[in-house]
Amino acid sequence: MSLMALREQLNGLVNSMFLEGLLDDQFEQLQMLQDESSPGFIAELITLFCGDSERILAELTKLLDQAVVDYQKVDAFVHQLKGSSSSVGAQHVKLACVQFRQFCEEHNKEGLKGIYFFRCLRALNVVKHEYYLLRGKFDTMLQLEQRIQAYESKQQI
Amino acid sequence: MSSVGNGDGCCAGGSDGGQRHVLAVDDSSVDRAVIAGILRSSKLRVTAVDSGKRALELLGLEKKDVSMIITDYWMPEMTGFELLKRVKESSELKEIPVVIMSSENVPNRITRCLEEGAEEFLLKPIRPSDVSRVCSRVLK
Repeated sequence: MSLMALREQLNGLVNSMFLEGLLDDQFEQLQMLQDESSPGFIAELITLFCGDSERILAELTKLLDQAVVDYQKVDAFVHQLKGSSSSVGAQHVKLACVQFRQFCEEHNKEGLKGIYFFRCLRALNVVKHEYYLLRGKFDTMLQLEQRIQAYESKQQI
Repeated sequence: MSSVGNGDGCCAGGSDGGQRHVLAVDDSSVDRAVIAGILRSSKLRVTAVDSGKRALELLGLEKKDVSMIITDYWMPEMTGFELLKRVKESSELKEIPVVIMSSENVPNRITRCLEEGAEEFLLKPIRPSDVSRVCSRVLK
């Protein structure tokens, strides 16, 4: 595939992610910081975000699997994920975390604990779904970027 | 996806001609990378640490070198507020401007920080425009 075609594919992918709301203005602002002096900035950020998110999702899965759920810990982890997704501009993940936290806050209502537990479980599944959707597209984005950079450094030789 | 960076370097270069050094403190690795990236695009030298304790260790060694501290509010063990207090209570460190970041908009938290001597309180997510505004005011 030609360099131009690769660039078009990458731009098309990123634009569709903005249009679908997977990414918001924060990501766009961070993209603008990537330049010759920091060519790997976005890749580094994405890698950190994905590692951190998967760690948190694993913790949340474990916490909701306990006989007695510690909702304070659950809330603390969701808060962390909400923070990092907001910082990188991962909008859908952030919104799913906001929804999840609302369910965490409601869990104490008398007589309805079972219902709130299942809502939390469902909310976690929504967060996972949004995250893995985003991650798939981030993986493609990084692969395209690597191919483009390889092409560009070949051209300079 | 790569484009020309828009760091205008307005914050660069202290009176000694060297790069200004900013200490960033945040327990979140993602937020650390974001704030460091934003600061570096303004041609600032950045050291990013993950706790107030590490920040104080670094300040003990390199106090003359640090032109500004930017710290998250909520951190385990030592909050940004506690770090702010320690800095302002130290005769050696109190002149260093401190900026607090938080994901939560809590008015009396903001007031307390400003009263304790914080230069500014920034709400997360931190944007490049927030940082250049603060830097151009604080790092004259």
